[in-house]
Amino acid sequence: MNKAVVSAKGVRKTFGDREVVCGIDFDIQPGICFGILGPNGAGKTTLMRMLLGLSPVTAGDYSIFGRGVSDASIHSRVGVVPQQDNLDPDFSVRLNLKVYAGYFGISAKDAEPRIEELLEFAALTSRGNDQVSALSGGMRRRLMIARALINNPDLIVLDEPTTGLDPQARHLIWQRLRSLKSRGKTLILTTHYMEEAAELCDELMVLDRGSILTRGTPRTLIAEHVEPEVVAIRGLHNELDAIELCEGLDIRRDHVGDTWFCYGIDARPLVARCSERAELTFIHRPASLEDVFLKLTGRDMREEA
Amino acid sequence: MNPFLLIPAHVLAVWRRNFLVWKQLAGASMLGNFGDPFLYLLGLGYGLGSYIGDMGGIPYMAYLASGILCSSAMNTATFESLYSAFTRMNQQGTWESMLATPVRITEIIAGEQMWAATKSLISGTAIFLVAGLLGGIQQWETALLALPVIFLIGLAFAGPALAICAISPSYDFFLYYFTLAVTPMFLFCGVFYPIDTLPAFVQMLAQILPLTHAVALIRPLLTEMPLTMPWLHIGVLALYAVAGFTLAARLAARRLLR
Repeated sequence: MNKAVVSAKGVRKTFGDREVVCGIDFDIQPGICFGILGPNGAGKTTLMRMLLGLSPVTAGDYSIFGRGVSDASIHSRVGVVPQQDNLDPDFSVRLNLKVYAGYFGISAKDAEPRIEELLEFAALTSRGNDQVSALSGGMRRRLMIARALINNPDLIVLDEPTTGLDPQARHLIWQRLRSLKSRGKTLILTTHYMEEAAELCDELMVLDRGSILTRGTPRTLIAEHVEPEVVAIRGLHNELDAIELCEGLDIRRDHVGDTWFCYGIDARPLVARCSERAELTFIHRPASLEDVFLKLTGRDMREEA
Repeated sequence: MNPFLLIPAHVLAVWRRNFLVWKQLAGASMLGNFGDPFLYLLGLGYGLGSYIGDMGGIPYMAYLASGILCSSAMNTATFESLYSAFTRMNQQGTWESMLATPVRITEIIAGEQMWAATKSLISGTAIFLVAGLLGGIQQWETALLALPVIFLIGLAFAGPALAICAISPSYDFFLYYFTLAVTPMFLFCGVFYPIDTLPAFVQMLAQILPLTHAVALIRPLLTEMPLTMPWLHIGVLALYAVAGFTLAARLAARRLLR
């Protein structure tokens, strides 16, 4: 039996002639944090909207807990944190949660203790009676996460949960999301931040142009797709200069704007060469998801991005 | 599952959300509900009424009060279903936040329609009281029956207005609806004078508009004028309510669920 929380088989979405999701298959197992990565226009948002029943599936089977995504009654087991702030600006923090509980048929009596619990979880207890408009961006996002938990969902779907937040706010949200995972919840999130994906996700799926480029754990993706060490160099005059610098070393080069990225198993000899040339600025670091992402989806700036 | 099968608890939750917002600003909102029709009744009812005397066999104040009651039910439901609903649909993402829950688009439209009708009832009750004070109500025995009818009138105008809302690109678009539908009804459907004074083809046109039937129901309930063919009028209003709902639900689904 398939125990997957989310299952997609041949899921396809077209807008007129334009195919946005090109027949993809994946399963998401319970209790993990599943990250969906991809450049703008990759089909992430459409895939999420279809999952939430906000966009009809053109073809294929797409299900949550074994039920088709178009069945709104499955939403009683799902929590959603949208990218766009759609809190109720007319209500206080508490009333936002109370009214939202009503959509799930949770009575005011049952909602009350739950709301206090969630305010504490979101570190908003002292702001419970404030109007939503008085909250900072980070607090609003935390309130949206609290709101998504009002029905005690088994699956939580987050669309770019920390976009536009400062580092403190972001770390607080990461900590909360990790604690949800430790309570056995399944999380699905889209993000543009590779650091966030590496920090939170057990499994990643990289999309581009409506298809899956690769999937795996952050660690295996790095190991499979890029060499372990990177030297990012600025100040080289041209490609020839770069070739010369790496001459005789086992280095793969990639070039974006004024920076050359040099990948290798052992980059120390290259670092030594760079140190001898005072006009170069360079950083030597271990390879990260960002390198995987850029390698797979291309370093070139895209017009649609 | 039939998309037009509505779960009452969901419809009520949508209604309740709007009610709670209204409750926070009820004072200011009620002032508007009382103010406008009060001025109409004073200005036209007394001013014009003293010249006109009787119309349709009853004092002009009573004639006008029942007409204003209907037109205000129309305006209230229309405003709510255009401007306020558009804000919730387009600016605040309120509908989208509801769609992430077990509530479906048809239930959102039904809840909005019920709420708009409730606002018609609230403002209608205010005018009812003002009209009573100013002597605009002649028959208190049947007058209270006007209240459920006002709710039905609200549903009949909220449905089509929600359909317009669902296809509207911006707030400016609503002006067309007011100029092409609401204002003509206000002027030609018997609010201020009997429609049988109009040319025959205008009368025929007026007969297919909901406000004509609203007035034809409400006026006899409040005054000594005889009530004729009540089920026809109720039927036309119900038809507008149901057709408006169906259309609005389809159009809203097409707009939001892409």
